[in-house]
Amino acid sequence: MILIVVEYANGKVSKSTWEMITAARESGREAPLTALVLGSNISAIAAEVARAVDQVLVADLPALAQYDPELWSAAVAQIAAEGEANLVLIGGSRSGREYSPRVAIKLDAPLLEDVITLKSSAETNTAQRYTFLARVTETIESTTPIAVVTIKPGVFNPATPKAEAAEQFDVDLNLPTPRLKVTGKTAERSSRISLSEAEIVVSGGRGVGSAEGFTQYVEALADQLGAAVGATRAIVDAGWRPYSEQVGQTGKTVQPKTYIAIGISGAVQHLSGMNKSKTIVAINRDPEAPIFKIADYGIIGDVTQLVPAILTELKK
Amino acid sequence: MRILTYIRQVLDAEESVHIANDAVALENSKLVMDTMDEYGVEEALRLRESGIEAEIVAVAVGSARIQDALRTALAMGADRAIHVETDTRLDAIALSKVLAQLATQEQATLIFSGGQQADWDSHALAAATAERLNWPQVTWTSALELKGTTLTGKHDADEGSESFTLELPAVVTTQQGLNEPRYPTLPNIMKSKKKELRKESLDEFDVTPKLKFVSAEIQVKNRLNKILDGKDAPAAAAQLVDLLRNEARVIA
Ligand SMILES: Cc1cc2nc3c(=O)[nH]c(=O)nc-3n(C[C@H](O)[C@H](O)[C@H](O)COP(=O)(O)OP(=O)(O)OC[C@H]3O[C@@H](n4cnc5c(N)ncnc54)[C@H](O)[C@@H]3O)c2cc1C
Repeated sequence: MILIVVEYANGKVSKSTWEMITAARESGREAPLTALVLGSNISAIAAEVARAVDQVLVADLPALAQYDPELWSAAVAQIAAEGEANLVLIGGSRSGREYSPRVAIKLDAPLLEDVITLKSSAETNTAQRYTFLARVTETIESTTPIAVVTIKPGVFNPATPKAEAAEQFDVDLNLPTPRLKVTGKTAERSSRISLSEAEIVVSGGRGVGSAEGFTQYVEALADQLGAAVGATRAIVDAGWRPYSEQVGQTGKTVQPKTYIAIGISGAVQHLSGMNKSKTIVAINRDPEAPIFKIADYGIIGDVTQLVPAILTELKK
Repeated sequence: MRILTYIRQVLDAEESVHIANDAVALENSKLVMDTMDEYGVEEALRLRESGIEAEIVAVAVGSARIQDALRTALAMGADRAIHVETDTRLDAIALSKVLAQLATQEQATLIFSGGQQADWDSHALAAATAERLNWPQVTWTSALELKGTTLTGKHDADEGSESFTLELPAVVTTQQGLNEPRYPTLPNIMKSKKKELRKESLDEFDVTPKLKFVSAEIQVKNRLNKILDGKDAPAAAAQLVDLLRNEARVIA
């Protein structure tokens, strides 16, 4: 079987799960598609995902109320081993990339991490992934009967649910005691669309001048376009924006339909987090700024004049 | 206690990428210690400076050149280094087998590793090492404290961040924000030349990778490069909005 570990948030199946379903269906591997839902009070999630797979395994346990890398890897490895899974698909979220290596080792399987294409047969798994700060696309291959794969978010088209629902089964698990104790949580600001799921991202760099400039230009344009807000490390380091908004090597990777870079120079570390965006728009007063080399559209000019003019134009 | 800090050597971010024989060719490029790993070395040094008695061992697996990165770690303040020399490129799961064995041999109780490797763009090494050792892990750490055998700190989760506590032994991944790595001073660079840098052969670790690197390509997506002059701001803004609406059709 192909095992997909369901990702969900706020009571809904995440886009990444629908993308994994497409990746599995397009992989060429002929095997029943099994969704595994881990958590507590997850019947709605199980019912939702049942409309796109062949069967659903549900581990609805109080012990799984909190994500923990040791619990998740133990659960996935147990189910994969019992079901003789030959392909285990995990989301390329921070947590997915954190526990998937443990699953691979428990199953004595290779890990194909953060892949953007996947061709799978009974003999081989071939995948592509970005490497060297997303400047290179590498092809990797495993020739083992089983492989653990994490799927990069935002690359595969999300599958559409059907009317009929697959059967659900409750599963028993033998779980270890978690050793990492979470003592508190700070949520990211949830008032805005999340960076990883937004169709449009408006990002600001040092060229916006100040924290106030960021609000005045970047946030205003994002609000007007219904976009998520991103930032460069330079301004996160300056304390103008929270780290959760940073895009780049040490921040988030985004791949929206449209990325608008305002007052951003385009350092490689920033580009590695956004250079796969479909359309890139840049505003910068320096015609030599590297960001223009990867831009589809751009204006050479001053942020303080151009962004207000764009806002006026958009409101027309 | 003994702390292992795992070091990678990667292409300097300012360098261009070259491909030869279906792989990234590094021979003629400037290589540096992976910045993510520098945070790990620095954090180990800070733990010791906070009064914890610890020996800090820098560890690396790779070609002869990787010893430059180990020397940097020694110059920053690590006590000694171990270099497992090989020209074979290993994936994170294979590599973790070496690291876990070294941790056991060295009786280490804490391992630091960078959150993401800048060459393989991978997060897997630390978690894989933790699993092999049957240790817990905490990734993307942005604050850390050690009292006795209890680690407390903060780390990034899928959405937002979490505070945690964890008992040693453990594997911790490090990142920006945790600290500001120091630069080696000249006297420390001189001193580091006398520190032990032990060589080991990969053969002793019985590693058989299950993953093959088949090919590499530099991806150049053709961009439209329609760049407008913004001297007349309202006119340029009108033109851009028109292009985005009617040509690219990316905004309503
Ligand atoms: C290990 C490591 C990891 C890193 N990770 C990241 C990361 O994840 N994300 C990241 O972003 N960076 C990262 N960096 C930092 C990166 O190298 C750059 O320093 C950073 O991206 C620069 O941010 P910036 O473009 O805002 O600032 P700058 O490089 O200062 O650029 C500002 C730009 O604004 C333009 N400008 C100024 N005023 C105006 C105006 N009035 N109107 C129009 N344009 C104007 C300037 O021409 C300039 O091009 C990392 C660095 C290292 C070493």
